[in-house]
Amino acid sequence: MSDQNVDKGKRGFLIGATGVVGGIAAAATALPFAGSMLPSERAKAAGAPVEVDISKLEPGEMKIVEWRGKPVWIVNRTKEMLEGITKSEANVSDPKSNEPLQPEYAKNEYRSIKPEIAVIEGVCSHLGCSPQFKSVEAKGEMGMEWNGGFFCPCHGSKFDFAGRVFAGSPAPVNLRVPPYKFVGDGKVIIGDDSKEA
Amino acid sequence: MAAAEKQPVTITCAGPLNGVASGLLTWVDQRFPLMSSWRDHLAEYYAPKNFNFWYYFGSLAMFVLVLQIVTGIFLTMNYKPDATQAFASVEYIMRDVWGGWIIRYLHSTGASAFFICVYLHMFRGLMYGSYRKPRELVWIFGMLIYLCLMAEAFFGYLLPWGQMSYWGAQVIINLFASVPVIGPDLSEWIRGDFVVSDATLNRFFAFHVIAIPLVLLGLVAAHILALHEVGSNNPDGVEIKANKGADGHPVDGIPFHPYYTVKDTLGVVVFLMVFSIIMFFLPEGGGYFLEYNNFIPADPLKTPPHIAPVWYFTPFYSILRAVPPMFNSQFPGVIAMGVSTLIFFLLPWLDRSPVKSIRYKGPLFRAALTIFVVVFLILGYLGTEPTNVWGQFGAWLGNADRATVVARIGTIVYFLFFVLMPWYSTIDKCKPVPERVTW
Repeated sequence: MSDQNVDKGKRGFLIGATGVVGGIAAAATALPFAGSMLPSERAKAAGAPVEVDISKLEPGEMKIVEWRGKPVWIVNRTKEMLEGITKSEANVSDPKSNEPLQPEYAKNEYRSIKPEIAVIEGVCSHLGCSPQFKSVEAKGEMGMEWNGGFFCPCHGSKFDFAGRVFAGSPAPVNLRVPPYKFVGDGKVIIGDDSKEA
Repeated sequence: MAAAEKQPVTITCAGPLNGVASGLLTWVDQRFPLMSSWRDHLAEYYAPKNFNFWYYFGSLAMFVLVLQIVTGIFLTMNYKPDATQAFASVEYIMRDVWGGWIIRYLHSTGASAFFICVYLHMFRGLMYGSYRKPRELVWIFGMLIYLCLMAEAFFGYLLPWGQMSYWGAQVIINLFASVPVIGPDLSEWIRGDFVVSDATLNRFFAFHVIAIPLVLLGLVAAHILALHEVGSNNPDGVEIKANKGADGHPVDGIPFHPYYTVKDTLGVVVFLMVFSIIMFFLPEGGGYFLEYNNFIPADPLKTPPHIAPVWYFTPFYSILRAVPPMFNSQFPGVIAMGVSTLIFFLLPWLDRSPVKSIRYKGPLFRAALTIFVVVFLILGYLGTEPTNVWGQFGAWLGNADRATVVARIGTIVYFLFFVLMPWYSTIDKCKPVPERVTW
């Protein structure tokens, strides 16, 4: 068959139509493969709230609990630590906690319900490492006006005891405060702040 | 090279095998391009006769690739890709499997050897302009191999499920979370969970042992086919194909086999001597090849006091750390890190020098390449250390960490090497290139 007899327009249309239909089929086929990589139903179900007894948490002491696979810090802050938060006011990038990284009831100076009890997700807002507790005594190694707080070993981000990030850190925003509530007998429930019970 | 040559091949090896062997060979050759492939890629692939020391590392990288595949296969026979068993199964390989310790060390330290070879191989390309026309595709395939290697190393590093495995993966996956809008969902999709978990380990195993290696092997084939299509560059950057003898072969070329197969075999022998010393006396390379923290099982609640990637990632990691957050996001740092690896792709078009090889390039290019290498090494070193390693500047610089300031300057210089290349390679005073290769 010579080329003159070929209906090029028709051929182009058929190639295009086959390509489009085939492409849609290929995309649809890719869907279950891509979807299989999403968190499974089992992974989604594993995020239940945790109840923690903090009645024996001494002033100045920190407890780390696991919630949704992440470390959550509970710190019983001393008067000195709370004063440190006030002193750090000028050096943190979001002193008023304007970024919505905490529940409404924790949008205050100490980013907590009770001033002394801090509940903060111990996951650096930079790249997800867990920062370390650094008391006021760590002044020397922190190399700045240090009133105590947290230091991320991965990329050197610094936070005060309210989880507010110091200006100049790689971390862009404050540490997250999870939803929580106090229940009787010095217990705190992390991951649930509903009013009932 | 005429592809359709189908004449029977005469074998020159003398001996009683001649009849049967050549008969078999003819039978195969009528059905499969065996002898023509042998000729095109080995016996009659003419390579420049002035290859030097730097030309060992391509074949060495291939050797290490084979080593990684073989040791990897044997590791999978005892490894368990399960968050509750992975760490213990690696220790089981190290302690209870006969010869397991050396197979594991060959594989884990082989990764470092791979990167050493590849970095020196790439540096060779930078020196002699091996990325220039007509070898752009050779370079691009090579860069894709390099990216695959980085993916392979990253996925593989999670598998022992040690502290560094865990937190390294945590940090790198969180890089994707900083992508605007889709970031958080994207990182969740990569992990398959809200945190790095069993699901993550299992899929990384799949990527590490099958998906990426398949792509890698394909790319290696493409890299070599592209190279053999255009012919090898050489330390003089002279095109040997421009000067052919009466037999149609380049006057300055010699058959790859036996000349360079013998040379590369020597390279492998020397490599094995050095590698054996490392294997038997220094398998963890003082914490640089295998980090100490990775002998502690992964603990999602506790980041080790100092985490850093393995040395081959640290220059890029330094760039990531050096870029300060902008607009309340670390995304600019992530972009800078991504661009710092991808920018190598553009080299064939950034270099406007009239000559290829550094031997005939002028002082500007030589200085630029030297500074680049020094900066690459400094960034690499800083990436292995915490940001306060050199202490802080005084109040006049806001008490900034010295190392961070140096890393920032280094990052700028790193990019200037590429961005200014079209300019300094154009105005550079090059020397005349000889007609034929020298040595």
